Amino acid sequence: MSGPLFANALVSGLLLAGFYAAVSVGISIAFGMLDVVNIAHPAFIILGSYAASIANASMGADPIVTAVALSPAFFALGLLLYRFYHATFERRGREPLRGLAFFFGILFVTEVALILAFGVDYRSVTARYIGTTWRLGTVDLPLRLFVPFVVSVAMTLSLQVFLSRTFFGRAVLAVGQDQLALQLMGVDPVRIKQIAFGISIATAGVAGALLVIIQPVQPSLGREYIGLVFAIPVLGGMGSIAGTLAGAAILGVATSFTATFFGPSWAPAVSFGILLFALAFRPSGLFGR
Amino acid sequence: MKTSSFTAIALCTALLVAGTTSALVTNDYFFSASYTVLQFVVLATAWNILGGFTGYVNFGSAAFFALGAYSSIVLDKLFEAPITLSILSGTAVAALVGLGMGYLTLRLRGVFFAIATLAFAEVLFTFVVNWDYVGGARGAYVVLQGRPPLGFRSFVQFLFAIMALMAAGAVAIARFVQTSTLGLGLAAIRDDEVAAECSGVPTLRLKLVSTTVSGGLMGMAGATFPYFLSYVEPHGVFSLSYAVNSIAMPLIGGMYDWAGPVLGALLLGGLQQVLQVNVSADWNLFLVGALLVVFVTIAPHGIMGWTFRRGRRARPT
Repeated sequence: MSGPLFANALVSGLLLAGFYAAVSVGISIAFGMLDVVNIAHPAFIILGSYAASIANASMGADPIVTAVALSPAFFALGLLLYRFYHATFERRGREPLRGLAFFFGILFVTEVALILAFGVDYRSVTARYIGTTWRLGTVDLPLRLFVPFVVSVAMTLSLQVFLSRTFFGRAVLAVGQDQLALQLMGVDPVRIKQIAFGISIATAGVAGALLVIIQPVQPSLGREYIGLVFAIPVLGGMGSIAGTLAGAAILGVATSFTATFFGPSWAPAVSFGILLFALAFRPSGLFGR
Repeated sequence: MKTSSFTAIALCTALLVAGTTSALVTNDYFFSASYTVLQFVVLATAWNILGGFTGYVNFGSAAFFALGAYSSIVLDKLFEAPITLSILSGTAVAALVGLGMGYLTLRLRGVFFAIATLAFAEVLFTFVVNWDYVGGARGAYVVLQGRPPLGFRSFVQFLFAIMALMAAGAVAIARFVQTSTLGLGLAAIRDDEVAAECSGVPTLRLKLVSTTVSGGLMGMAGATFPYFLSYVEPHGVFSLSYAVNSIAMPLIGGMYDWAGPVLGALLLGGLQQVLQVNVSADWNLFLVGALLVVFVTIAPHGIMGWTFRRGRRARPT
C-alpha cells in the first residue's frame, strides 16, 4: 500500500464523511429523537438534488444558495408530513410497522413521480468550484468534495449547538426521552416533534444539494442511501449528533478505502454491511448509552 | 375444511386451469401476463407468512426472489440442470437464508429488523453485481432448448402451469400455517412477543419456521424467473418493485388471513398488467406505491377488513 494512495484515500474518506453527516443528521433527529422511522428520508434528499439542479439549469443559481433558499419549503413539507403521520398513525397508537410501510410507500411514490416528471436521465449542476482541485503536497483536495464538507459540518455543528443550548432544542431532546414528563412541564410534545421533523426534512433538502455537487443524480439513487442514512445514526448511537459525526467518519473512511483498494463497485456493500453488523452486534451504537 | 382436502382442491384447480387454458388459449401473452400475476400470488403469500402472521416486516423480498433466480442460473451454468431441480434448489437456498434471517430476530425486532432486511438485500445485490460467474452487472442468459415438455405448445404455457401449481401450493401452505397451532403461536408473537414467550410459546422455534417458509417460498417463485425471461440482470431481479409489491398486496388484501394476499395479488397484479399494456410501466409502479400509502392510511386491515369486519373473530388492533 503506497503512502500517497493511502493519504488520498483517507482525505477523500474524511471529506465524504462530512457529506455523510449532512445526509444522516436528519435521521438522527427523526429516528433517534422523535422515534419516527422516516425511511423516505433519501427520497427528500433526491428531491433536494432535483430542486438544486433545476434552479441551476434555469437560472444558473448556485446549488448551496438554492438549498438555503428552499429550506423553509422543505421545513414546511416536513411539518405537513409529520402532522399527517401523527394524525393517522401515531395518535391512534397503530403498530409502528404500518407507519414504516407508509414511509416506504412515500419513498417509492416520490421516486416514481420524479421518473414520470423528469425521466431517468442523470442530472447534475455546474458551478465554478466543481472542476477545481487544490493540491497539498501529494494529497488532492477536490473542491467538489471540500465545499459540501464545509457546508455539512457547519450545518451539523450548528444543529448540535441549537439542540444543546436553546430551550427549544432541549425540548426536542426531552421529547425523545420522556414525552409524558415534557407534557407535565406544560410543553406540547406534538408541536415540538412537528418542528423537529420539519428541521429533519430541511436538512435532507440541503444534503440533496450537496449530493448533486458531488455526483450526478437520478431518481432511484435514493435507495442506495437508505443503508447509509440508517447505518450512521445506529452506529453512532441513536439521537446523538456527536455520535452521528463519528459514525459518518467511520463509514466515510471505510467506503473510501473500499473504493480505492477493492473497486468502486464494492462500495455500496460497505455501508449496508456495517449497518447489518452494527444492528446484529451493537444495536445501541458505539457511543450509545 | 381439512388441510389435506384444501391442498388437493387447490392443486387440482391449478392443474385444471392450466390444462384448459393451454388447450383453449393460443395467445402466449395471456400466459405471460398470468404467470406474472401468479408469481405475485406466491410472493405476497410468502411475505404474509412472516409479515402478516408473525408481524415481522421484510423489506428484502427481492433478495429472496433473486436467491431463487440466481441459484437456477448457477445450476444452469454448471450442468444445465432440469427445471424441477432448479426449483428445489432455489427454494432450499432461499429457505436456508431465511433460517439465518430468523436468528436475526433474536436481536432485532420491529423497525430494526425491517431495516436489516433492506440492508441484507443491498449487500446481496452488491455481491451478485461483482460475481462474474453469474454474469455480474451484465446479466446472464438462460435459454430453454428443445421442445416444451408434457405436450405444451410453448415454454410460456409450461411455465405458467408450473407457476399455477406453485401458487396453489404456497396458498395451501399459508392456510395450513394460519389454521394450525403454529399459526396461533405466530399470532401470539405478532400481538406481543414478550407475553407469548412468558406464556410458554416457543417463540424462537416458531419464528424460525416462519422465516424459513417465507424465504423458501419467495426463492421458489424466483427459481423459474430466469427460464421465464431467458435473460436476468441484477437490477431487474433486485428491483425495489418486488419488495413494494409483496408488501402492498397483503396490505391491500388484508394481512390476517391467507386469502388477503391472494386477493391483493390478483387485484393489484391484474391491474398492473392492464396498466402496463395500456398506459406505461412507470405509471403502474406509481399506482402500486400510491395504493400502498392510501390503504395503509385509511384501511389498515385491507379489503378483507371491510368485508369480514363482522362475523369473524375479533381482529387484533
